[in-house]
Amino acid sequence: MSAALRFEDWYALTQLYADYASVVDAGNWEQWPEFFTEDCVYRVQPRENHERGFPLATLSFESKGMLKDRAYGIRETLFHDPYYQRHVVGVPRLLRVADGCIEVEANYAVFRTKLSQLTTVYNVGRSLDVVVRTPAGLKFARREFIYDSEMIPNSMIYPL
Amino acid sequence: MNAPIPLAELTASTMNWERGTSRIPFAVYNDPALHKLELQRFFYEKHWCYVGLEAEIPKPGDYKRSSIGERSVLLVRALDGIIHVVENACAHRGVAFCRERFGNREAFICPYHQWNYALDGRLRGVPMRHGVKRDGVVQGGMPADFNLADHGLTRLKVAVRGGVVFASFDHQVESFEDFVGPDVLRYFDRLFDGRQLTILGYNRQRIPGNWKLMQENIKDPYHPGLLHTWFVTFGLWRADNRAQMVMDAHHRHAAMISTRGNAGAVSEVSRVSSFKQTMNLHDPRFLDIVPEPWWNGPTAVMTTLFPSVILQQQVNSVSTRQIIPDGHGHFDFIWTHFGFEDDTAEMTQRRLRQANLFGPAGFVSADDGEVIEFSQESFEAKPAHRTLAELGGRDVENTEHMVTETLIRGMYRYWREVMAR
Repeated sequence: MSAALRFEDWYALTQLYADYASVVDAGNWEQWPEFFTEDCVYRVQPRENHERGFPLATLSFESKGMLKDRAYGIRETLFHDPYYQRHVVGVPRLLRVADGCIEVEANYAVFRTKLSQLTTVYNVGRSLDVVVRTPAGLKFARREFIYDSEMIPNSMIYPL
Repeated sequence: MNAPIPLAELTASTMNWERGTSRIPFAVYNDPALHKLELQRFFYEKHWCYVGLEAEIPKPGDYKRSSIGERSVLLVRALDGIIHVVENACAHRGVAFCRERFGNREAFICPYHQWNYALDGRLRGVPMRHGVKRDGVVQGGMPADFNLADHGLTRLKVAVRGGVVFASFDHQVESFEDFVGPDVLRYFDRLFDGRQLTILGYNRQRIPGNWKLMQENIKDPYHPGLLHTWFVTFGLWRADNRAQMVMDAHHRHAAMISTRGNAGAVSEVSRVSSFKQTMNLHDPRFLDIVPEPWWNGPTAVMTTLFPSVILQQQVNSVSTRQIIPDGHGHFDFIWTHFGFEDDTAEMTQRRLRQANLFGPAGFVSADDGEVIEFSQESFEAKPAHRTLAELGGRDVENTEHMVTETLIRGMYRYWREVMAR
């Protein structure tokens, strides 16, 4: 940790992570883009691509508008088996605190439960995030989920 | 390698086929013995299978671990620059010794007993070949007639065309060009026209369905304008677009060729629930499509090379999609997105943005895996039943439109010929 965070900021940061997980696990897709800034970056990328310097990501969005398009897609355009997802997120690890920006890494595991089926480990990895202060509170300027999971079990419909 | 595999009771010839190949028995998707025979007949003999792109192993010594059917193979660039494909199985104890997916080496050494292979698969040496001397007496060692040349890794026949590498365990296989045939090769060469490829990255998904269903998915121009809202709404793929369905002479490979049009237009093809006339993107950069000179017209060409790969051009997004079966009920589907050496930074970014439509999370492709899974569920539950593929009739023929399932019927005509042999 390169710099100290005031307790209020630490509290707000951990609350941001908890709220984010709560919203995506509840399937509240309209609320999901509101965690981000207008020109945010949201990516879900295989660890393999990340480590080898390949730019391709499984989901790669560059604006809040793209997140809204995904939310619409989940509700209206993507045919899929319904499922629950459940995030378990580790304590955020501060990488850098400077200029109103907090760079954070957090481990995560997402479990998937399909109707009438056993719960399985769906996707595991870490997020690399940039959190910024805005008048509306802390927002993600960047969220990158770098996943260890070698194979996506069929498809990924909902955002992590 | 070519020893016959005993047929299951339910064979390709005793199966109940009705009306040519327009009704496909569910049993073709869920019989383990039939699956083993398919591996032998389609993946291990008389066919070329995709293993990767030259650009994945640019430097001497570079290798990539790949698969053909259910066998592990290594795609290697030897120190002289020549590309080899060898089986990842030590000649001694069968160890699949190479565990990394990519790397660079001067030789392959199996960790179990340190058998040492050149990058082209030749055995260079084995420890204690001439025995071990103790008290002046040589103990053990390989028999006097042990010959290194007899115990290399299994070497595959290799074909490289336009930067794409195919391999075959069958050294009697026809040339790659004859295998693909001139009508489909045209479209292969259109995409892989000799320009150096640049790798953009990978997506990997495991789909719980029979591997042939993915070939069928990309031989089925009926579904894209129905299942995929984005395709019909934005005119990327819809039944009233200009299109051609082209097969090779054996009907095993195919190209679905389509030209974008009618975005947002209302017609009989838009009277489906997936058409959303008022749908507007919040961020239109997802569809920032810029025509490229090499397209020569068509905005989408989806090529299926049986059995192992699908070649994708959907507007500016290009990829290979490798099919790796794992038993009759699952397959791995590996997407390699790429670009070309002369791409501008803007074009690279455009290809990456449009990649959001494809892959395991794609706005378009994610639901293909889903429906394949749901088909397989029924196949397992009701093996005596059959699917129906009669759009456009019951014959097998090239067409100048996409309102047809002719390519699926063609593939099963070929499948029956090969499996009933």
